[in-house]
Amino acid sequence: MAEKKITLNMITCRTIQQGVGMEAGKTSQKYFDACTVMHMHPDDMKRLGLWKNTNVRVTSSVGSVIVKAVETREDLVPGLAHIPMGPWANRIVPAYTFSTGEPCFKGFPVDVEIAANERIMGAVEVLQDACGLIRK
Amino acid sequence: MPKEVTDVICPFCGTLCDDLIITVSDDNKTILGVKNACAIGAEKFNHQRLPGRVKRPRMRQADGTYKEITYDEAIDWTAKMLVKSRKTLMYGWASTSCQAMSIGHEIAEKVGGIVDNCATVCHGSSLIAIEDVGVPSCTLGEIKNRADCVIFWGCNPAHAHPRHMSRYSIFPRGFFTVKGHKGRKIYAVDCRYTDTAKCADEFIQVQQGFDYELLNAFRTAVRGDALPDTVGGVPKEKIYEIAEAFKTARFGIIFFGMGLTHTMGRNHNIDIAINLTRDMNEYTKFAIMAMRGHWNVTGSGQVLGWQYGFPYAVDLSRRDQARHQTGETTSVDLLNRSEVEACFYIATDPGAHFPVDAMISSSRKPTVTIDPHINCTTEISDIHIPVAMVGVETGGCAYRMDNVPIETRKVVEPPEGMLTDEELLTKINKRVDELMAKGGA
Repeated sequence: MAEKKITLNMITCRTIQQGVGMEAGKTSQKYFDACTVMHMHPDDMKRLGLWKNTNVRVTSSVGSVIVKAVETREDLVPGLAHIPMGPWANRIVPAYTFSTGEPCFKGFPVDVEIAANERIMGAVEVLQDACGLIRK
Repeated sequence: MPKEVTDVICPFCGTLCDDLIITVSDDNKTILGVKNACAIGAEKFNHQRLPGRVKRPRMRQADGTYKEITYDEAIDWTAKMLVKSRKTLMYGWASTSCQAMSIGHEIAEKVGGIVDNCATVCHGSSLIAIEDVGVPSCTLGEIKNRADCVIFWGCNPAHAHPRHMSRYSIFPRGFFTVKGHKGRKIYAVDCRYTDTAKCADEFIQVQQGFDYELLNAFRTAVRGDALPDTVGGVPKEKIYEIAEAFKTARFGIIFFGMGLTHTMGRNHNIDIAINLTRDMNEYTKFAIMAMRGHWNVTGSGQVLGWQYGFPYAVDLSRRDQARHQTGETTSVDLLNRSEVEACFYIATDPGAHFPVDAMISSSRKPTVTIDPHINCTTEISDIHIPVAMVGVETGGCAYRMDNVPIETRKVVEPPEGMLTDEELLTKINKRVDELMAKGGA
């Protein structure tokens, strides 16, 4: 029986696709495709009863974000997940720096649950939404 | 007839490749082709010709839309913001030239700003450790010509510095390394089997967040002292074996990246990596180098270093002295505490790369962003001032990750009437002078 919610250890890193997307433009499709994914281990997908390429809600101590769960190319160990750096990843990165200036970009716990019908926001939208700049 | 510009410097990552060949249209306005660059570098040059580029400053309206304004209006608004604010965060600088930084720092001195660069969320921890214990380093040329033992610790150059491995660290044949990659032993230490690890002879999978313990274990193993059965998920036999291999190398180099600086321990991880390097020099020649991300983030550290004595997070708000205290004058902490009165971002995109809480705080302050393109930060700023791309449409000095200065080249003309960072900052500086002579905004 699949679990409804699983807890993973999250790291955010650069990928070459993210780099190319960034240089193609922050509002480009390439950037969106590269950064709105969460790399997961197949065992974790099984635990959650999740098909690959399904949207998930990722929640940390500071907020939550919708991204697409994909099977990783660069092998992870079970329990470890990776979202490429960008405004989506940073919606859930804790800003506390332990007085070093560096936030917790790598190694913070997140809850993952299936959100197949939720929409992934655009790069600018995901930031403006957090800042309350989107007029409804 | 299109012409080829040779020996172009790539303004993407700290590797600063200097062998690009760019094909330019005969009117010197459009880039037609890029040779020798990596995927990211090529995209950077190709972006120059994409339609839809913003060519004039924009100001955000009350309804959230942007209206075009003139450069003079934008400069006046920015100068007034800087003069009025008692403490301004002046963050970025990593993708502009050292000449532009110097003018920016002059403005910061006058208005009492806090100058910080991208190292604050990148290799800031490394800089703290280097301030604490020093750094036995070398140049990339020495690595190419001498290194026969290359360790990638918590970094993934296959993705972040795509040509690093072919130009300096794994594949090139050098003066004493004539066999190329066959004569080098490559180690990768990471919590996941990265594409860089796939190029390595030996992959050491460390448990996420246990880098300090593993580095400490290597120091212990090098001295021949006892270890527990496993450290950070790595069996002790393997640690002893690799430590022995390090000792027999002729020239070893540790490259480290965000895997050490972003995880728990931060500067202590780098501290102990540097100490391992120091220990190794008892047996052979060993060096260590930070894999700097932005192409000129090292330059920003250099300029700040020689002007104020600190490589990042320099608080000039006391006017008569420069202060630097991590956790206090670093950008994310300043924003977390909502301690600054205005934000001035240049040549970077904190909107995409700062944690969201810091950006929520930033979005509530008067903000000016100077960047060639639309990005996440420009869309939460009051003013966006587009400028020419440094390294593509204008030249300027940059520092490679090994602190070697390289003069970048202008390849094409910027769009008509567009200012460079240097020109824009000079004008803002002049306007600040005028306003301060009049006694404030």
